[in-house]
Amino acid sequence: MPGAIHAEGLVKTFGDVKALDGVDLDVPEGTVLGLLGPNGAGKTTTVRCLTTLLRPDRGSAVVAGIDVLKHPEAVRRSIGLSGQFAAVDEYLTGRENLQMVGQLYQMKSKAAKARADELLEQFHLTDAADRPAKTYSGGMRRRLDLAAALVVSPPVMFMDEPTTGLDPRNRQQLWEVIKQLVSGGTTLLLTTQYLEEADHLAHSIAVVDQGRVIARGTSDQLKARTGGERVEVVVHEREHMATASEVLSVFGKGQGEVTVQEHMRKLTVPVTGGAKLLAEIIRELDTRGIEIDDIGLRRPTLDDVFLSLTGHVAEDKDAENGGESGKQDGKQDAKQGGRRGAKQTGKETVK
Amino acid sequence: MSAVTDAVPAVASKNPFSQLVHDSLVVAKRNLIRMSRIPEMVIFGLIQPIMFVILFTYVFGGSMKIGNTTSPEVYKNFLMAGIFAQTVTFATAGAGAGIADDMHKGLIDRFRSLPMARGAVLTGRTVADLVQTALTLLVLAIVALLVGWRPGSVEPTNFGRILGGFGLLLLLGYAFTWIGALIGLSVRTPEAATSGGLIWLFPVTFISCAFVDSGQMTPWLRHVAEWNPFSATVQACRHLFGDPGVSHSDAWPMRHSVLASVIYSVLIIAIFRTLSVRKYRSADG
Repeated sequence: MPGAIHAEGLVKTFGDVKALDGVDLDVPEGTVLGLLGPNGAGKTTTVRCLTTLLRPDRGSAVVAGIDVLKHPEAVRRSIGLSGQFAAVDEYLTGRENLQMVGQLYQMKSKAAKARADELLEQFHLTDAADRPAKTYSGGMRRRLDLAAALVVSPPVMFMDEPTTGLDPRNRQQLWEVIKQLVSGGTTLLLTTQYLEEADHLAHSIAVVDQGRVIARGTSDQLKARTGGERVEVVVHEREHMATASEVLSVFGKGQGEVTVQEHMRKLTVPVTGGAKLLAEIIRELDTRGIEIDDIGLRRPTLDDVFLSLTGHVAEDKDAENGGESGKQDGKQDAKQGGRRGAKQTGKETVK
Repeated sequence: MSAVTDAVPAVASKNPFSQLVHDSLVVAKRNLIRMSRIPEMVIFGLIQPIMFVILFTYVFGGSMKIGNTTSPEVYKNFLMAGIFAQTVTFATAGAGAGIADDMHKGLIDRFRSLPMARGAVLTGRTVADLVQTALTLLVLAIVALLVGWRPGSVEPTNFGRILGGFGLLLLLGYAFTWIGALIGLSVRTPEAATSGGLIWLFPVTFISCAFVDSGQMTPWLRHVAEWNPFSATVQACRHLFGDPGVSHSDAWPMRHSVLASVIYSVLIIAIFRTLSVRKYRSADG
């Protein structure tokens, strides 16, 4: 029995750039899959293929039990899509936006109206319901966009970077909304660049890079692959970094190399020995007269997972990591620019 | 698994045509609400043709030879059909920019992920533009009357014929918005759609019988002007309005201007609607 979202061997090429290079996914009903990867890894292209916006060159996909390639129009009745770019009409009010979407889902206008009221209430937008969406804050727009994706309570939801560009408070709020949604039994595929977000919301995670899934599992499984705990030190003086590195390499012997992040004056070393060892390291650094700004023992984060899997950190937008970045990134940047402009001035501006 | 994948959820599906009409109206309503909230765009859309009416009437009037006369009064009556027709074609840029903007903002993605009729987003847009064009024409006709346009100055006309002329103008405007739709879907930014929607309109509207008597043009240019789809509507309007300067050329579209105008417009709609809807279906963002 395939999951609510099931994809096999999705391939999509733009010109000579291979955006998807054989993506396989399976999301069991009622669970959340976090699709994690840097810009241009192929996350958005995957979502676009699964939501019928883009036809893959090769491969097959089944969403909510329906073949995406054979019956795209039927798939559209069973999915909700919340995009990376809050796709609401900014000159329409929140209420008008939701009513329009309801009517386009073929609801009767009365039913669409009632549903819009319900969603406005649920997403705390009732007070702003009759204001044009361009007057909304970034967080409100995202909520409206999400509400629009939920008009028919679809069994399968796709969210493409739902919290990109939001401040931490709004991100937290949106996470709560998403959690509620999922507790209601909705299957969700979520893409994100934020490792913390995947950690927080997803039952399982697929890490994508250069159009392929390079690792999958639960957050804990992925972390386990990266190894145990590590000590992280931020030294006060840049010139102390070499000495600090020496100290750490002694304590980390047999566990791995010391990683140095020069510009942050940060050193990291894998260790075993926990808090006791941490105390020893502090004493040793102190003896050598190295002033420290911060020191801590931490479990690997998904950042570390990503780094160890791909050799670069997730936020990197480096050129080598082609994917669809060549074609898509320019567009995405332009879109983001447009949104930022719109937010600031309330007018149509595009960079 | 195959049993699952072939199952299509049973949703009361309307017949495709009534769904297209319903969805198009929903989208048209959305675009009209939008337009009403950006009144400055409607106003700018009006200023330009009004300016043209005034400039052409007072600057060119008196130096343009229509038939055998350079009378400003004759040119004024000659000019209006041309300005009306040019105005409706400028709606192309609005449609193109609107659609490019929707693409840019991700709204087209939203629409494409909804179970709606495929042609509805574009049809809704073009219908809304048609409403705007009709309003513009109404205001423009009033301005034209104010500066001295008098239908029936050469041949008798009546209200029905005048209405028929405006009908042809709206049909032409509607046809041109489909060209705009295709441009809007093909470019990356709304700005490109605006300029891309306007540039080619200048040769199309000027190499025609709209502003000068095409009979006075160099022969090859005259042929282009007389077969220009745009000229057919201008000629048909002059004919229906009883305005001066009706071309006596033997070119088929000039002799059968009303029919030619309808055929050209319908043909443009058929071609550009097909191309646009196809492009919309496969638009990859």
